[in-house]
Order: sequence, then C-alpha cells, then structure tokens
Amino acid sequence: MEIEKFIDLLAEQFEETDRSLLTPETKFKDLEEWSSLLALSVIALADEEYDVALKGDDIRNATTIEDLFNTIKNKI
Amino acid sequence: MAFFEFKNVKIAGIAAGVPANITLNNEQVIQSEDYDANAFVETTGVRQRRVSETLTTSDLCFAAADKLISDLEWDKSEIEMLVFVSQTADYILPATACILQERLGLSKECYAEDIALGCSGWVYGLSNVVSLLSTGSIKKALLFAGDAKKRAKEILNPLFGHAGTVTALEYIEGEKGFQFHFGTDGSGYDSIIILDGGSRNQVSPQSFELENFEGKQIHRLQTRMKGMDVFAFGISVPPKSIKKLAEHYGFDYLDADYFIFHQANMKMNEKIRTKLKLEADKVPYSMPNFGNTSSASIPLTIVSELKGKIENKPAKFICCGFGVGLSWGTVAFETDNLVISDLVELNLY
Repeated sequence: MEIEKFIDLLAEQFEETDRSLLTPETKFKDLEEWSSLLALSVIALADEEYDVALKGDDIRNATTIEDLFNTIKNKI
Repeated sequence: MAFFEFKNVKIAGIAAGVPANITLNNEQVIQSEDYDANAFVETTGVRQRRVSETLTTSDLCFAAADKLISDLEWDKSEIEMLVFVSQTADYILPATACILQERLGLSKECYAEDIALGCSGWVYGLSNVVSLLSTGSIKKALLFAGDAKKRAKEILNPLFGHAGTVTALEYIEGEKGFQFHFGTDGSGYDSIIILDGGSRNQVSPQSFELENFEGKQIHRLQTRMKGMDVFAFGISVPPKSIKKLAEHYGFDYLDADYFIFHQANMKMNEKIRTKLKLEADKVPYSMPNFGNTSSASIPLTIVSELKGKIENKPAKFICCGFGVGLSWGTVAFETDNLVISDLVELNLY
C-alpha cells in the first residue's frame, strides 16, 4: 500500500479540491470541501479498495492524510 | 446460526399509508453547519418525504390495513394474528397491537404483540408471523411495520420520513414459503439511540435541554445517529447476510427478480448494490420521494415502486433490513397474484 496511490484515490472523492492540495501532511478536516458526507466516501473507499472497515472514531482521531493512511494500513 | 425456513405461507397483499403532506429537502429544511441542501440530497438521495405532526404510526397502519382488507376482500373474522413492529408506539403501554385489534374490529380470538425494532423490523416481524402461521393453526395474519410521530416534539432529521405499512399473510398448503437469515451486534447499541425516556435514563426536565451533537442542536428525546459508524456497518453487513442466506439454502442470489433493501441512504444502498453486482432495475428505491422510513421501508418500496409491475406474474424477492440495534435480517420469498393497494395518503384526522 502506497501513500501516493491512496492520495490519488482520496482526491477522486473530492469535487472541487485539486489533487495538488493533498499531501501526506494535509490536515484533511481543514479543507473547505471536507464534510461529514465526504467522510462517508472515505469509509466507502477504505472498504472498496482495501477491504478495511473504518469506524467513525478512526476518522475523528486522524488529523493528517498520513494518519488516515496509517490507520487503514494497520487494519489490512 | 440464525437461519430459518418456513413453508405453506404466502404474502397475500401489501399496503402503505403516508401523510399527504410533502416536505421538500430544500435550503429552508436542511440547516447544517457542515453541508448544504444540494450536497445532502446528492449523498442521501432523499429529495422529499412525508411528515405529519399529528398522525401516529398506528393511524397510518390502520388506514393501510382498512384499504388492504377491502382490496383482498378478506373477512375480518378470519384474521387471528396481528403483529405491530415500530419504535413509535402510541403509548409506552399497552401494546399498540391491542389497540389495533379493537380499532380494526378483529376477533377477540386474536394473537397480538408489538416488536420494538427499526430498520430490520419488517424482516423480523415477518419471521414471527410466518413461523406461527406455518403451523396451520390459524389461516390469516397482519404484519404492521413503520415509524412516524415521535414521543416528543422535534425537528425531524431530513433523512427520515413517516410511513405505516401492512403486509397480509395467509396459510396455503404447498406454498414454497420463506427463508431467513438474522444477525445482531449489540456492541453498536449506541450507534442509533434515543438516550432518555426509557427506564435507564428516565424522562426529566433536562431531557428537553438542547445539546450540540455532531453539529446539530438536539434534545435527549431525539434520535442520535453516529452516521459514519452506521455507514460502515451498512456497506459491509447486508451483502454478507445475502450471500450467507444463498449459500446456506443453495441458491444463486442473482436469480432473484427484485432486491428490496432497507432505504437507509442512497450512497449506502448503491454501495451495497454494486458490491453484490446487481443490475439497477432489480433494485427499486423509494427513498427519493419518501426518505428513510425505518421498518416501513421495504413494504413501502414494493407499494410505491412495483405496483402495476408484478401483480400478475410470479416474482422472486430478496429483502434485507439493517440498522438500529445493530440488527439485520434477510429473507427470500416468491410472490404470485400479489395484491398491492394504491398508496394511501392521509390528511389530519
């Protein structure tokens, strides 16, 4: 599992946020487009691409995109 | 493993009652710090829904039953069982099923009970009715399912709508019957919860004080939903339950004509559909026009989306309810000459 590939997939969930704004250090919840509805897309992404079931707390406890990536990676 | 099969019972008819009043999910209704109305409608699929401040679940169910009994030309004296599935009963006690027995004019020789389940409730209630009917001791039964007006005034979450349904079942020897799979995960009991008003947290003046919960001001008699946890549960458990049922009874689930899922939200339901590789025209949705209607959602979808399409031919169904509990149930059955009543739209009593 590679973080750049994960960010590519994550970027597809956003409509208005450009891929170039997303880095491992990005605090995704500070992005203007982030919402609780978009969180559902991230949960679906983890399920579809990595067969990982993310909980609400996993999203709540993650600050950066790298945190999110590591949470998923640890559950594979 | 909670698998069950019961033979010699069939669904005779289905009807649904909803408030006539239509509430649109526009900017006036969707007020969140987090997202706008367009984003809400796009994700949940709920464009409008039916909501009433006066009609109870049993009012909606009663009207649906009145219509269905008449459409079926059933003699009320032959109906000897009534099950009411709801989390919005008329009173804390007695059971609403007892009230409906009298209101419908059914015989006193009648088995009546309430079942307190939500999204999975129609499938659970169905197993209850079908199992007893399959003994042949009684011949006709009614299963009510739905949710509407709550115990305390609230601004209803725009995901939800009100509906009351009735499913009429009868004992007929030689009918293929029903196959069920059920599951429960109480570790998620607080994923969807009303905190106060039960005996764990009694109702008190503090129950009505507004608190911030996930960006919304709500009181303690309102439903709190951990949306992300419910979503994660909803995309994983229903596909597994359907596959388990098919494997256990040795059939190919793709042979079914229709898959009716609890109408949770469009994003979740579409995820379930694509995971199971189902064609879109086999998976009808009522949620765009009626919202998430709790235990009414499966029968309401059959009434609102399949009326005029399936009555005169055999149809194979797989239905799956999942949610609050956490609780889930899947059922496979066939219909033939099913009676589907016109949607009953109610104004104030």
